[in-house]
Amino acid sequence: MEIKKTSLNKLHQDNNAKFVEFAGYEMPIQYSKGIIEEHKFTRSHSGIFDVSHMGQLFIYGDETLTEELEKIFPLDLKNLKQNCSKYSFLMNEDAGIYDDLIITKIKEGYLIILNAACKDKDFEILFNLLGSKFKMNLDNKRSLIAIQGPKSVEILNSIISGVDNLNFMTGNWFDSDNQKLFVTRSGYTGEDGFEISISNEKAEKFVENLIKKGAQLIGLGARDTLRLEAGLCLYGHELDINKTPVEANLRWAISKSRLSSGGFIGSKKIMNQMQDGASQIRVGIKPEGRLIAREKTKIFDDTDTQIGEITSGTFGPSVNGPIAMGYVNKEFSKVDTKILLEVRGKKHPANVCALPFYKKNYVKGVN
Amino acid sequence: MSEVKFSKEHEWITLEGDVATIGITKHATEMLGDIVFAELPEKGSNVEKDGTAGVVESTKAASDVYTPVSGEVVDTNQTIVDDPSKINEDPEGSAWFFKLKMKDQSEMDSLMNKEEYDKFAKESAN
Repeated sequence: MEIKKTSLNKLHQDNNAKFVEFAGYEMPIQYSKGIIEEHKFTRSHSGIFDVSHMGQLFIYGDETLTEELEKIFPLDLKNLKQNCSKYSFLMNEDAGIYDDLIITKIKEGYLIILNAACKDKDFEILFNLLGSKFKMNLDNKRSLIAIQGPKSVEILNSIISGVDNLNFMTGNWFDSDNQKLFVTRSGYTGEDGFEISISNEKAEKFVENLIKKGAQLIGLGARDTLRLEAGLCLYGHELDINKTPVEANLRWAISKSRLSSGGFIGSKKIMNQMQDGASQIRVGIKPEGRLIAREKTKIFDDTDTQIGEITSGTFGPSVNGPIAMGYVNKEFSKVDTKILLEVRGKKHPANVCALPFYKKNYVKGVN
Repeated sequence: MSEVKFSKEHEWITLEGDVATIGITKHATEMLGDIVFAELPEKGSNVEKDGTAGVVESTKAASDVYTPVSGEVVDTNQTIVDDPSKINEDPEGSAWFFKLKMKDQSEMDSLMNKEEYDKFAKESAN
Protein backbone atom coordinates (compact mmCIF):
# COMPACT_ATOMS: atom_id res chain seq x y z
CA MET A 1 0.00 0.00 0.00
CA GLU A 2 1.28 3.43 -0.90
CA ILE A 3 2.35 5.58 2.01
CA LYS A 4 0.01 8.51 2.68
CA LYS A 5 1.18 12.07 3.15
CA THR A 6 -0.44 14.95 4.99
CA SER A 7 -0.88 18.38 3.44
CA LEU A 8 2.14 19.57 5.47
CA ASN A 9 4.54 16.97 4.06
CA LYS A 10 6.48 19.49 1.96
CA LEU A 11 6.76 21.87 4.91
CA HIS A 12 8.16 19.03 7.03
CA GLN A 13 10.73 18.29 4.32
CA ASP A 14 11.69 21.95 4.08
CA ASN A 15 12.26 21.92 7.84
CA ASN A 16 14.64 18.92 7.63
CA ALA A 17 12.26 16.43 9.17
CA LYS A 18 13.33 12.84 9.72
CA PHE A 19 10.39 10.76 8.63
CA VAL A 20 8.92 7.51 9.92
CA GLU A 21 5.92 5.54 8.83
CA PHE A 22 3.14 5.87 11.35
CA ALA A 23 -0.29 4.29 10.79
CA GLY A 24 0.31 4.29 7.03
CA TYR A 25 1.42 7.93 6.91
CA GLU A 26 4.83 9.44 6.35
CA MET A 27 5.19 11.53 9.50
CA PRO A 28 8.02 13.59 11.02
CA ILE A 29 9.60 11.89 14.05
CA GLN A 30 11.85 14.89 14.65
CA TYR A 31 13.38 17.93 12.98
CA SER A 32 17.01 19.04 13.04
CA LYS A 33 17.04 20.15 16.69
CA GLY A 34 16.15 16.73 18.04
CA ILE A 35 13.56 15.32 20.42
CA ILE A 36 14.85 16.77 23.68
CA GLU A 37 15.06 20.35 22.42
CA GLU A 38 11.70 20.07 20.70
CA HIS A 39 10.21 18.72 23.93
CA LYS A 40 11.64 21.55 26.02
CA PHE A 41 10.63 24.18 23.49
CA THR A 42 7.03 22.98 23.73
CA ARG A 43 7.11 23.18 27.54
CA SER A 44 8.64 26.67 27.57
CA HIS A 45 7.28 28.23 24.41
CA SER A 46 4.99 26.85 21.69
CA GLY A 47 5.17 23.72 19.55
CA ILE A 48 3.24 22.94 16.37
CA PHE A 49 2.23 19.33 15.73
CA ASP A 50 0.88 17.97 12.47
CA VAL A 51 -1.78 15.52 13.59
CA SER A 52 -3.59 15.45 10.26
CA HIS A 53 -3.25 11.67 10.16
CA MET A 54 -5.88 11.48 12.90
CA GLY A 55 -9.49 10.97 11.93
CA GLN A 56 -11.98 13.84 11.97
CA LEU A 57 -15.37 12.22 11.98
CA PHE A 58 -18.38 14.49 11.62
CA ILE A 59 -21.73 12.89 12.41
CA TYR A 60 -24.76 15.03 11.62
CA GLY A 61 -28.00 14.81 13.58
CA ASP A 62 -30.13 16.09 16.45
CA GLU A 63 -31.52 14.58 19.70
CA THR A 64 -32.03 11.18 18.10
CA LEU A 65 -28.31 11.09 17.30
CA THR A 66 -27.53 11.95 20.93
CA GLU A 67 -29.73 9.07 22.06
CA GLU A 68 -28.05 6.66 19.66
CA LEU A 69 -24.55 7.77 20.70
CA GLU A 70 -25.40 7.29 24.37
CA LYS A 71 -25.94 3.60 23.55
CA ILE A 72 -22.31 3.53 22.39
CA PHE A 73 -20.31 5.92 24.57
CA PRO A 74 -20.24 6.00 28.41
CA LEU A 75 -21.08 9.69 28.41
CA ASP A 76 -23.94 11.90 29.50
CA LEU A 77 -24.29 13.45 26.06
CA LYS A 78 -27.80 14.77 26.71
CA ASN A 79 -26.41 17.17 29.30
CA LEU A 80 -23.25 17.95 27.37
CA LYS A 81 -23.37 21.57 26.29
CA GLN A 82 -22.82 22.55 22.69
CA ASN A 83 -19.12 23.14 21.91
CA CYS A 84 -17.98 21.08 24.90
CA SER A 85 -15.62 18.12 24.48
CA LYS A 86 -15.23 14.84 26.35
CA TYR A 87 -12.55 12.16 26.32
CA SER A 88 -14.11 8.75 25.72
CA PHE A 89 -13.75 5.28 24.19
CA LEU A 90 -15.27 3.11 21.54
CA MET A 91 -15.63 -0.32 23.18
CA ASN A 92 -16.82 -3.84 22.46
CA GLU A 93 -19.31 -5.76 24.65
CA ASP A 94 -16.46 -6.83 26.98
CA ALA A 95 -15.46 -3.16 27.41
CA GLY A 96 -12.30 -3.84 25.37
CA ILE A 97 -11.16 -0.59 23.80
CA TYR A 98 -11.30 -0.24 19.99
CA ASP A 99 -10.08 3.34 20.25
CA ASP A 100 -9.87 6.31 22.58
CA LEU A 101 -11.21 9.58 21.25
CA ILE A 102 -12.35 13.14 21.87
CA ILE A 103 -15.99 13.85 21.11
CA THR A 104 -17.31 17.41 20.80
CA LYS A 105 -20.95 18.41 20.56
CA ILE A 106 -21.28 20.87 17.71
CA LYS A 107 -24.28 22.71 16.28
CA GLU A 108 -24.59 20.23 13.43
CA GLY A 109 -24.13 17.10 15.54
CA TYR A 110 -20.83 15.69 16.78
CA LEU A 111 -17.16 15.86 15.85
CA ILE A 112 -15.09 12.88 16.95
CA ILE A 113 -11.28 12.87 16.76
CA LEU A 114 -9.98 9.34 16.24
CA ASN A 115 -6.55 7.71 16.24
CA ALA A 116 -4.98 7.37 12.80
CA ALA A 117 -4.44 3.62 13.03
CA CYS A 118 -8.04 3.02 14.16
CA LYS A 119 -10.08 5.55 12.21
CA ASP A 120 -11.22 3.39 9.29
CA LYS A 121 -12.27 0.54 11.54
CA ASP A 122 -13.96 2.99 13.94
CA PHE A 123 -15.95 4.39 11.04
CA GLU A 124 -17.08 0.90 10.06
CA ILE A 125 -18.07 0.03 13.63
CA LEU A 126 -19.97 3.26 14.12
CA PHE A 127 -21.63 3.01 10.72
CA ASN A 128 -22.82 -0.50 11.55
CA LEU A 129 -24.17 0.69 14.91
CA LEU A 130 -25.84 3.87 13.69
CA GLY A 131 -27.06 2.58 10.35
CA SER A 132 -27.71 5.01 7.56
CA LYS A 133 -29.94 7.22 9.68
CA PHE A 134 -27.23 9.83 10.12
CA LYS A 135 -24.84 11.38 7.67
CA MET A 136 -21.27 10.51 8.61
CA ASN A 137 -18.16 12.04 7.12
CA LEU A 138 -14.63 10.89 7.97
CA ASP A 139 -13.29 14.12 6.55
CA ASN A 140 -10.00 13.74 4.70
CA LYS A 141 -10.27 17.20 3.18
CA ARG A 142 -9.34 18.77 6.50
CA SER A 143 -5.97 18.83 8.24
CA LEU A 144 -5.55 18.87 12.00
CA ILE A 145 -2.88 21.05 13.60
CA ALA A 146 -2.11 21.13 17.33
CA ILE A 147 -0.33 24.04 18.95
CA GLN A 148 0.85 23.37 22.50
CA GLY A 149 2.76 25.21 25.19
CA PRO A 150 2.49 28.40 27.28
CA LYS A 151 2.91 30.87 24.40
CA SER A 152 0.36 29.13 22.17
CA VAL A 153 -2.64 31.19 23.28
CA GLU A 154 -0.94 34.46 22.42
CA ILE A 155 0.39 33.18 19.10
CA LEU A 156 -2.86 31.58 17.95
CA ASN A 157 -4.99 34.49 19.11
CA SER A 158 -2.94 36.87 16.96
CA ILE A 159 -4.05 34.84 13.93
CA ILE A 160 -7.52 33.70 15.00
CA SER A 161 -8.89 36.39 17.24
CA GLY A 162 -11.09 35.10 20.07
CA VAL A 163 -9.55 31.69 20.71
CA ASP A 164 -8.27 33.03 24.04
CA ASN A 165 -11.91 32.97 25.23
CA LEU A 166 -12.17 29.20 24.84
CA ASN A 167 -12.15 27.20 28.06
CA PHE A 168 -10.25 23.93 28.38
CA MET A 169 -12.11 21.09 26.59
CA THR A 170 -14.36 23.39 24.62
CA GLY A 171 -14.29 24.40 20.97
CA ASN A 172 -15.97 26.58 18.38
CA TRP A 173 -16.04 27.58 14.73
CA PHE A 174 -13.94 30.61 13.87
CA ASP A 175 -13.59 32.59 10.65
CA SER A 176 -10.08 33.18 9.43
CA ASP A 177 -8.68 33.80 5.96
CA ASN A 178 -12.14 33.37 4.42
CA GLN A 179 -12.80 29.96 5.79
CA LYS A 180 -14.27 28.21 8.77
CA LEU A 181 -11.87 26.64 11.25
CA PHE A 182 -12.92 24.48 14.16
CA VAL A 183 -10.69 25.18 17.15
CA THR A 184 -10.71 23.30 20.44
CA ARG A 185 -8.69 24.10 23.55
CA SER A 186 -7.18 20.70 24.20
CA GLY A 187 -4.07 18.70 23.64
CA TYR A 188 -1.84 15.79 24.40
CA THR A 189 1.21 17.28 26.07
CA GLY A 190 0.15 18.41 29.54
CA GLU A 191 0.41 22.02 28.34
CA ASP A 192 -2.22 24.59 27.49
CA GLY A 193 -2.95 24.48 23.79
CA PHE A 194 -5.33 24.12 20.87
CA GLU A 195 -6.22 21.82 18.03
CA ILE A 196 -7.25 23.45 14.77
CA SER A 197 -9.24 21.72 12.05
CA ILE A 198 -8.51 23.48 8.77
CA SER A 199 -8.96 22.71 5.06
CA ASN A 200 -5.99 20.96 3.45
CA GLU A 201 -5.37 23.81 0.99
CA LYS A 202 -4.99 26.38 3.77
CA ALA A 203 -3.02 24.27 6.24
CA GLU A 204 0.51 24.98 5.01
CA LYS A 205 0.09 28.75 4.93
CA PHE A 206 -1.54 28.67 8.36
CA VAL A 207 1.37 26.75 9.88
CA GLU A 208 3.90 29.03 8.18
CA ASN A 209 2.11 31.90 9.90
CA LEU A 210 2.39 30.20 13.28
CA ILE A 211 6.12 29.70 12.66
CA LYS A 212 6.50 33.40 11.78
CA LYS A 213 4.92 34.24 15.12
CA GLY A 214 7.53 32.18 16.95
CA ALA A 215 6.10 28.66 17.24
CA GLN A 216 8.18 25.72 15.99
CA LEU A 217 7.39 22.41 14.35
CA ILE A 218 7.64 19.44 16.73
CA GLY A 219 7.82 15.78 15.66
CA LEU A 220 6.10 12.64 16.88
CA GLY A 221 9.17 11.76 18.99
CA ALA A 222 8.68 14.72 21.31
CA ARG A 223 4.91 14.26 21.15
CA ASP A 224 5.50 10.85 22.73
CA THR A 225 7.85 12.07 25.50
CA LEU A 226 5.48 14.97 26.25
CA ARG A 227 2.37 12.79 26.52
CA LEU A 228 4.20 10.22 28.62
CA GLU A 229 5.36 12.89 31.09
CA ALA A 230 1.75 14.05 31.20
CA GLY A 231 0.66 10.47 32.03
CA LEU A 232 -1.56 10.22 28.95
CA CYS A 233 -2.36 6.91 27.25
CA LEU A 234 -1.31 6.03 23.71
CA TYR A 235 -3.54 3.62 21.82
CA GLY A 236 -1.70 0.41 20.90
CA HIS A 237 0.45 0.77 24.02
CA GLU A 238 -1.55 1.52 27.19
CA LEU A 239 -4.85 0.83 25.46
CA ASP A 240 -6.03 -1.97 23.19
CA ILE A 241 -8.91 -4.37 22.63
CA ASN A 242 -7.83 -6.48 25.65
CA LYS A 243 -7.89 -3.55 28.10
CA THR A 244 -10.90 -1.89 29.67
CA PRO A 245 -11.20 1.75 30.82
CA VAL A 246 -11.30 0.55 34.46
CA GLU A 247 -8.07 -1.41 34.03
CA ALA A 248 -6.54 1.59 32.28
CA ASN A 249 -7.38 3.70 35.35
CA LEU A 250 -9.58 5.95 33.25
CA ARG A 251 -12.82 5.57 35.19
CA TRP A 252 -12.89 9.38 35.57
CA ALA A 253 -13.79 9.53 31.87
CA ILE A 254 -17.02 7.58 32.41
CA SER A 255 -19.94 9.87 33.25
CA LYS A 256 -21.29 9.16 36.73
CA SER A 257 -24.91 9.17 35.64
CA ARG A 258 -24.15 6.44 33.11
CA LEU A 259 -22.61 4.19 35.74
CA SER A 260 -25.92 3.70 37.51
CA SER A 261 -28.08 3.50 34.40
CA GLY A 262 -25.72 1.56 32.11
CA GLY A 263 -27.13 0.88 28.68
CA PHE A 264 -23.97 1.53 26.69
CA ILE A 265 -21.82 -1.08 24.95
CA GLY A 266 -19.57 -2.71 27.55
CA SER A 267 -21.51 -1.29 30.51
CA LYS A 268 -22.02 -4.65 32.25
CA LYS A 269 -18.31 -5.40 32.33
CA ILE A 270 -17.49 -1.86 33.45
CA MET A 271 -20.05 -1.92 36.27
CA ASN A 272 -18.73 -5.30 37.45
CA GLN A 273 -15.14 -4.09 37.40
CA MET A 274 -16.08 -0.88 39.21
CA GLN A 275 -17.58 -3.00 41.97
CA ASP A 276 -15.01 -5.79 42.22
CA GLY A 277 -11.96 -3.94 40.97
CA ALA A 278 -9.85 -4.96 37.99
CA SER A 279 -7.14 -7.57 38.46
CA GLN A 280 -4.54 -5.43 36.69
CA ILE A 281 -4.32 -1.66 36.61
CA ARG A 282 -2.31 0.99 34.75
CA VAL A 283 0.24 2.81 36.91
CA GLY A 284 3.14 5.23 36.56
CA ILE A 285 6.59 3.71 37.08
CA LYS A 286 9.88 5.41 37.85
CA PRO A 287 13.01 3.30 37.46
CA GLU A 288 15.76 4.12 39.97
CA GLY A 289 18.87 5.64 38.40
CA ARG A 290 19.01 6.31 34.68
CA LEU A 291 17.82 2.96 33.37
CA ILE A 292 15.16 3.10 30.68
CA ALA A 293 12.57 0.34 30.67
CA ARG A 294 10.90 0.10 27.26
CA GLU A 295 7.55 -1.31 26.21
CA LYS A 296 7.22 -5.09 26.95
CA THR A 297 9.71 -4.94 29.84
CA LYS A 298 8.57 -7.52 32.40
CA ILE A 299 7.76 -6.39 35.93
CA PHE A 300 8.53 -8.65 38.93
CA ASP A 301 8.02 -8.62 42.68
CA ASP A 302 10.84 -9.52 45.07
CA THR A 303 9.94 -13.22 44.95
CA ASP A 304 10.69 -13.41 41.19
CA THR A 305 7.02 -13.63 40.26
CA GLN A 306 5.99 -11.65 37.23
CA ILE A 307 3.36 -9.08 38.25
CA GLY A 308 3.04 -6.97 35.11
CA GLU A 309 4.49 -5.40 31.99
CA ILE A 310 5.61 -1.96 30.81
CA THR A 311 3.50 -0.43 28.01
CA SER A 312 5.56 2.75 27.35
CA GLY A 313 8.95 3.80 28.65
CA THR A 314 11.40 6.52 27.76
CA PHE A 315 13.54 9.33 29.10
CA GLY A 316 11.48 12.31 30.25
CA PRO A 317 13.37 15.47 29.26
CA SER A 318 11.50 17.78 31.69
CA VAL A 319 11.54 15.20 34.50
CA ASN A 320 15.23 14.65 33.60
CA GLY A 321 15.03 10.95 34.21
CA PRO A 322 13.50 7.71 33.00
CA ILE A 323 9.71 7.32 33.17
CA ALA A 324 7.30 4.55 32.23
CA MET A 325 3.72 3.38 32.39
CA GLY A 326 2.55 -0.19 32.62
CA TYR A 327 0.06 -2.64 34.06
CA VAL A 328 0.60 -4.38 37.41
CA ASN A 329 -1.53 -6.73 39.51
CA LYS A 330 -3.78 -4.57 41.65
CA GLU A 331 -2.04 -5.45 44.93
CA PHE A 332 1.09 -3.77 43.54
CA SER A 333 -0.65 -0.65 42.23
CA LYS A 334 -0.24 1.58 45.30
CA VAL A 335 2.09 4.56 44.97
CA ASP A 336 5.62 3.86 46.32
CA THR A 337 5.35 0.08 45.87
CA LYS A 338 8.80 -1.34 45.10
CA ILE A 339 8.95 -3.39 41.93
CA LEU A 340 11.69 -4.88 39.72
CA LEU A 341 12.12 -4.36 35.98
CA GLU A 342 13.92 -6.95 33.87
CA VAL A 343 16.12 -5.17 31.33
CA ARG A 344 18.75 -7.06 29.31
CA GLY A 345 18.54 -10.06 31.62
CA LYS A 346 19.04 -8.16 34.89
CA LYS A 347 16.44 -6.99 37.39
CA HIS A 348 16.52 -3.31 38.33
CA PRO A 349 14.62 -1.55 41.14
CA ALA A 350 11.75 0.84 40.36
CA ASN A 351 8.81 2.44 42.14
CA VAL A 352 5.14 2.73 41.34
CA CYS A 353 4.37 6.44 41.27
CA ALA A 354 1.51 8.89 40.82
CA LEU A 355 0.65 10.30 37.40
CA PRO A 356 1.36 12.67 35.79
CA PHE A 357 5.15 12.75 36.03
CA TYR A 358 5.09 16.39 34.97
CA LYS A 359 2.39 18.64 36.33
CA LYS A 360 1.25 21.94 34.97
CA ASN A 361 -2.16 23.45 35.33
CA TYR A 362 -4.25 23.56 32.23
CA VAL A 363 -5.56 27.05 31.64
CA LYS A 364 -9.24 27.05 32.43
CA GLY A 365 -9.81 30.17 30.39
CA VAL A 366 -10.28 33.78 31.28
CA ASN A 367 -13.95 33.71 32.30
CA MET B 1 48.82 7.42 18.53
CA SER B 2 47.70 5.39 15.55
CA GLU B 3 45.44 6.50 12.76
CA VAL B 4 41.72 6.36 13.67
CA LYS B 5 40.03 3.26 12.30
CA PHE B 6 36.31 2.55 11.98
CA SER B 7 34.00 -0.47 12.09
CA LYS B 8 30.84 -1.25 10.15
CA GLU B 9 28.94 -1.03 13.45
CA HIS B 10 29.93 2.66 13.61
CA GLU B 11 32.62 2.45 16.30
CA TRP B 12 35.91 4.31 16.09
CA ILE B 13 39.18 3.01 17.54
CA THR B 14 42.68 4.38 18.12
CA LEU B 15 45.70 2.45 19.37
CA GLU B 16 48.42 3.65 21.71
CA GLY B 17 50.95 0.94 22.52
CA ASP B 18 48.72 -2.11 23.02
CA VAL B 19 45.80 -0.12 24.49
CA ALA B 20 42.90 0.69 22.18
CA THR B 21 40.40 3.49 22.87
CA ILE B 22 36.92 2.88 21.47
CA GLY B 23 33.84 5.06 21.02
CA ILE B 24 30.92 5.54 18.65
CA THR B 25 31.08 7.77 15.58
CA LYS B 26 29.48 11.14 15.00
CA HIS B 27 27.46 9.52 12.24
CA ALA B 28 26.16 6.97 14.78
CA THR B 29 25.08 9.70 17.20
CA GLU B 30 23.31 11.53 14.39
CA MET B 31 21.36 8.40 13.56
CA LEU B 32 20.54 7.69 17.21
CA GLY B 33 19.44 11.21 18.16
CA ASP B 34 19.65 12.46 21.75
CA ILE B 35 21.45 9.87 23.85
CA VAL B 36 20.01 9.59 27.36
CA PHE B 37 21.57 6.39 28.72
CA ALA B 38 24.90 4.60 28.39
CA GLU B 39 26.05 1.28 29.82
CA LEU B 40 29.71 0.24 29.59
CA PRO B 41 31.50 -3.11 30.02
CA GLU B 42 33.00 -3.88 33.42
CA LYS B 43 36.61 -3.05 34.05
CA GLY B 44 38.65 -6.26 34.05
CA SER B 45 36.20 -8.13 31.83
CA ASN B 46 37.21 -9.61 28.48
CA VAL B 47 35.35 -8.71 25.33
CA GLU B 48 35.50 -10.45 21.95
CA LYS B 49 35.77 -8.80 18.54
CA ASP B 50 32.28 -7.96 17.16
CA GLY B 51 30.68 -8.88 20.50
CA THR B 52 28.48 -6.49 22.50
CA ALA B 53 30.34 -4.24 24.91
CA GLY B 54 27.72 -1.80 26.10
CA VAL B 55 24.41 -0.13 25.31
CA VAL B 56 23.33 3.35 24.35
CA GLU B 57 19.76 4.53 24.45
CA SER B 58 18.18 7.51 22.78
CA THR B 59 14.73 8.84 23.60
CA LYS B 60 13.54 6.51 20.84
CA ALA B 61 15.34 3.18 21.26
CA ALA B 62 18.16 1.10 22.73
CA SER B 63 21.17 0.07 20.62
CA ASP B 64 24.02 -2.29 21.41
CA VAL B 65 27.59 -1.04 21.29
CA TYR B 66 30.00 -3.56 19.74
CA THR B 67 33.73 -3.81 20.15
CA PRO B 68 35.67 -3.90 16.88
CA VAL B 69 38.59 -5.80 18.52
CA SER B 70 39.13 -8.30 21.37
CA GLY B 71 40.82 -7.57 24.65
CA GLU B 72 40.61 -6.86 28.37
CA VAL B 73 38.72 -3.77 29.50
CA VAL B 74 41.28 -1.62 31.34
CA ASP B 75 39.31 1.62 31.64
CA THR B 76 35.77 2.97 31.12
CA ASN B 77 34.55 6.55 30.74
CA GLN B 78 32.26 7.16 33.71
CA THR B 79 31.54 10.77 32.64
CA ILE B 80 29.34 9.56 29.76
CA VAL B 81 27.41 7.29 32.11
CA ASP B 82 26.74 10.22 34.44
CA ASP B 83 25.88 12.60 31.58
CA PRO B 84 25.04 10.71 28.37
CA SER B 85 24.39 13.96 26.46
CA LYS B 86 28.20 14.32 26.29
CA ILE B 87 28.16 11.54 23.70
CA ASN B 88 26.18 13.77 21.32
CA GLU B 89 28.44 16.72 22.04
CA ASP B 90 31.85 15.16 21.42
CA PRO B 91 31.47 11.55 20.25
CA GLU B 92 34.87 11.19 18.60
CA GLY B 93 36.79 12.98 21.34
CA SER B 94 36.15 13.28 25.10
CA ALA B 95 33.13 10.93 24.96
CA TRP B 96 35.11 7.72 24.39
CA PHE B 97 33.50 4.58 25.82
CA PHE B 98 36.20 2.15 26.99
CA LYS B 99 39.86 1.18 26.65
CA LEU B 100 41.03 -2.35 25.86
CA LYS B 101 44.34 -4.07 26.24
CA MET B 102 44.53 -5.77 22.85
CA LYS B 103 45.68 -9.34 22.39
CA ASP B 104 46.02 -9.40 18.63
CA GLN B 105 46.77 -6.10 16.93
CA SER B 106 46.23 -7.62 13.48
CA GLU B 107 42.50 -7.30 14.25
CA MET B 108 42.95 -3.63 13.34
CA ASP B 109 43.84 -4.52 9.75
CA SER B 110 40.33 -5.33 8.59
CA LEU B 111 38.89 -2.03 9.86
CA MET B 112 38.20 0.98 7.64
CA ASN B 113 40.15 4.22 7.45
CA LYS B 114 38.37 7.59 7.63
CA GLU B 115 37.81 7.89 3.90
CA GLU B 116 36.45 4.36 3.60
CA TYR B 117 34.19 4.84 6.62
CA ASP B 118 32.77 8.16 5.42
CA LYS B 119 31.85 6.48 2.13
CA PHE B 120 30.37 3.48 3.98
CA ALA B 121 28.38 5.72 6.34
CA LYS B 122 27.01 7.77 3.45
CA GLU B 123 25.94 4.65 1.58
CA SER B 124 24.41 2.93 4.61
CA ALA B 125 22.41 6.07 5.41
CA ASN B 126 20.63 5.95 2.05
